[in-house]
Amino acid sequence: MREGAREAILGRLRAARRGEDGAAPSDFAVVREKRWPEAERLPRLRRLMEAAHAEFLEATGESWPSAVRDLLVEAGARNVMVGAGSAVEARLAEAWSGLPGGPELLRYDRPVEELKGVLFGSVDAGLTTCEGGLAETGSLVVVPTPEEPRLLSLVPPIHLVLLDPATVRDGLWQLLAEPRFANGMPPNALLISGPSKTADIEQTLAYGVHGPKRLVVVVVPGGATPSRGS
Amino acid sequence: MGADGAPPPGAGAHGFRARATAALGDPQVRANFRRAMDGLMAKRAALFADPAEWRAMRALGASIRARTLARLPELLERLEERCRANGIEVHWAETTAEANEVVLDLLRARGATRVVKGKSMVSEEMHLNDFLEAHGVESLESDLGEYVIQLDGETPSHIIMPAIHKDRQQIARLFGRKIRDAAYSEDVDELTATARRVLRRKFEEADAGISGVNCAVAETGTLVLIENEGNGRMSTHVPPLHVALMGLEKVVERLEDVPPLLSLLTRSATGQLVTTYVNMISGPRSPGEKDGPREVHLVVLDNGRSRIYEDEELAVTLRCIRCGACMNHCPVYTRVGGHAYDAVYPGPIGKVLTPQMEGVDRRHELPHASSLCGACAEVCPVEIPITRLLVRLRAEASTRRVGSTVLGAGGARSGGEALSWRLWKRAFGSPGAYRLVSWLATRLGRLPVPRLGPLRAWTSVRTAPRPARRSLHELAREKGVPDA
Repeated sequence: MREGAREAILGRLRAARRGEDGAAPSDFAVVREKRWPEAERLPRLRRLMEAAHAEFLEATGESWPSAVRDLLVEAGARNVMVGAGSAVEARLAEAWSGLPGGPELLRYDRPVEELKGVLFGSVDAGLTTCEGGLAETGSLVVVPTPEEPRLLSLVPPIHLVLLDPATVRDGLWQLLAEPRFANGMPPNALLISGPSKTADIEQTLAYGVHGPKRLVVVVVPGGATPSRGS
Repeated sequence: MGADGAPPPGAGAHGFRARATAALGDPQVRANFRRAMDGLMAKRAALFADPAEWRAMRALGASIRARTLARLPELLERLEERCRANGIEVHWAETTAEANEVVLDLLRARGATRVVKGKSMVSEEMHLNDFLEAHGVESLESDLGEYVIQLDGETPSHIIMPAIHKDRQQIARLFGRKIRDAAYSEDVDELTATARRVLRRKFEEADAGISGVNCAVAETGTLVLIENEGNGRMSTHVPPLHVALMGLEKVVERLEDVPPLLSLLTRSATGQLVTTYVNMISGPRSPGEKDGPREVHLVVLDNGRSRIYEDEELAVTLRCIRCGACMNHCPVYTRVGGHAYDAVYPGPIGKVLTPQMEGVDRRHELPHASSLCGACAEVCPVEIPITRLLVRLRAEASTRRVGSTVLGAGGARSGGEALSWRLWKRAFGSPGAYRLVSWLATRLGRLPVPRLGPLRAWTSVRTAPRPARRSLHELAREKGVPDA
């Protein structure tokens, strides 16, 4: 019956085909030419993302764990969740060990079915890496992996992202042309350009409607865990 | 509407004219729409400030959509093949009733009774919430605007901003009435926080998530969804089952087609360079992943689209990327609002789409609810000639043309109108008849004519013409101008 629907629909479309009229290749020059010198990409990304209420922290490969810790303490966060087994987790565990008080380091180490209650109920912040940024639109490219699950960047009220400025590209068109994506898309890939927001009531912006209320970009030149490469 | 044999929604005293008249007399509707539309127009204009860039982007958008439509059947087959290879199951539905059954079967087979929904206009076409509720499934809209109107038992009045007809006081009263423990507040942040509190629990508990699709990439089997709130990601990533609904025209050929279309869409719709989230889904949870849905299903809906595709001129309707810019700029829509159209898709594109989906006989009023000023076509990011299509549909509704593929073609033909035009044609078709008619008009035209029926309607907003005492022909002949 549903197979019937498929054949009926495709049959009508095929019968109506009018040859290759209008099938001329598209001229992508207008998007291809939207490029920025390397030195301008991070400042542009930052300006656009700040306009969308994202926050920025400048740090170094050495200092970022303490910068993150200070921010979480100031925000009153009881804890922060990271991907279990990630280089970020190891780095934070090492840097925070022996420090009194401060946020607890939680690990996303089980399938979501076993973790939902904690994730929705008591996790105050999530910390992830990203694959880079986009200067054109002021976006972070986040590709969830087994190590860094999808909900880490969505459910906790604060989302912290580590960004290496060298990984900021031009725009989405240039990004999707890279072999990483063009040769096979990962199960999920995201652009994130600010904290969750809505303008559905009187066009008045309100932040943190369903997803994170705060998005904090931690800029780490050279990368947060240089041993992983960029 | 439409599938259940209900009376024609556009007809008679309850038609567009009556609803528009009522809306025009409602200062709250007028003020809410005016404020919203002015805001959206200004934001869009700011992001298309460079006319050369706008022209180039728009030409690119039109070319991508034209190329897609030229290869539509092949691309849909390719999309199905690539989705299946990625682990996304694909279902086809000719009608909204079939699509509803597909969704219900998927839910029942998994014992799912609690559904959270991302915003989807196709689900509005299906009246999916009502259908699921009638079959014992809770289906909760989670986009804030959709949530608001679902609470109030309403339909969207705009395809991007569904609750734009309401102001904060109305929403505050609604929340106070319908949400337990909600403290009365007219503060937008507090209203938003209330919705967040209610909906986060629903996301956590949901058995399934249902979403729309902004575009689907044939070459990679990727579903692209854009949003600002995060409710779309919640709906597609938290529950174990994700069902995506798409109209069959939403496919694009390649990954590189996506960025220009998204850019045109967000800039045209809300004046944003990009939405907060661009969610590219190319499969369910993969081995080793700790979250994401275990199953992803894509329902491809026809609902009249393949019929629209059959007509070479009207097929361009299917280019639409649902940005809503035509509504925001329409002098009719911005004054009467979305509900006056009594259609899933209101405004200019709705006036083209709805009669084709539901029949030009039943919805013949809609193509006439336009001054043909052309503002819609001017801002359309994929160059849909909306005014030309409106004129075409007016003709399709009132003439019986052999070979027409338009649903309900000729069904709004009126004998009186046809007779008037036939007489008109005869009067202008021969010099003798023309002279006779103009002689009668100049001599008798000033006699009082009872203003009844169509004459009364026509003169209610226009000054009736007063023929001169002598025709131009007569005057010219007197001056010695020879007859040609």
